[in-house]
Amino acid sequence: MSAPMDKRRPYTRSMAGWWKRDPYFIRYLAMEATSVLVAVYALILLIGLFRLSQGELAYNGWLGALKSPLSIGLHVLILLVFIYHTWSWFKVMPKTLPAFYLGGAKVRQSVITWAGVVVALVLNLLVLFILAGVKP
Amino acid sequence: MKRSNDPIFWLLFGAGGMLSALIGAALVFVSGIGVPLALLVSRDLMRYELMLGFAQHWLGKAIVFAVIVLFLWHAALRIFHMLHDFGIHAGAGAKLICFGLPLLCTVAVAFWLLILGF
Repeated sequence: MSAPMDKRRPYTRSMAGWWKRDPYFIRYLAMEATSVLVAVYALILLIGLFRLSQGELAYNGWLGALKSPLSIGLHVLILLVFIYHTWSWFKVMPKTLPAFYLGGAKVRQSVITWAGVVVALVLNLLVLFILAGVKP
Repeated sequence: MKRSNDPIFWLLFGAGGMLSALIGAALVFVSGIGVPLALLVSRDLMRYELMLGFAQHWLGKAIVFAVIVLFLWHAALRIFHMLHDFGIHAGAGAKLICFGLPLLCTVAVAFWLLILGF
């Protein structure tokens, strides 16, 4: 930052702690912060893929690490964050879409949000159902 | 007007955000909680031979690639903009980390999927 020297030293409001000023900012930041744990989860899978490429012994080490209480606790946290991500993703989605009309009336934002949430719920359950059906 | 490469990143961001919203929670539950605790799914679901077979199938490769790579790009874009929100402005360093790392991971995922064979 190269602020020009100014003899008047005008007041500039500090941005420190800006996100605490308004509940809207907190929600915004919570939504953005979900990305940190999305990245963590992707990296866990990335390591798993790497260990898989190294062979059975290496892969089993990774699989064993997933059983540790620390890992399970972390995954519970990641799961909660993913659920919040799903909600916030569809909450924001209607604001990022151009308005669209159905039967002459503009589709309400809440309708788009809930449609998204329902689709996500169905797909998540479908994945769970398919994987629960695999009996190796 | 200079062409912007932003749309590519926003596309990756949107695809990753959508994919993680649609199936992310189920994947996290299965790989991180379900399999380790044998809860709802089989304890052997992620056994070596099964995962190797999955990663050797073209469809398995596509799923693994899409999940890891898109999740990472989605997160990278958000983290990049979060840095700005906290007063760390888009310098070369922030860009190198937020775009270089996911790019490196993308190449690594492709490489590991390739050497696992078909």
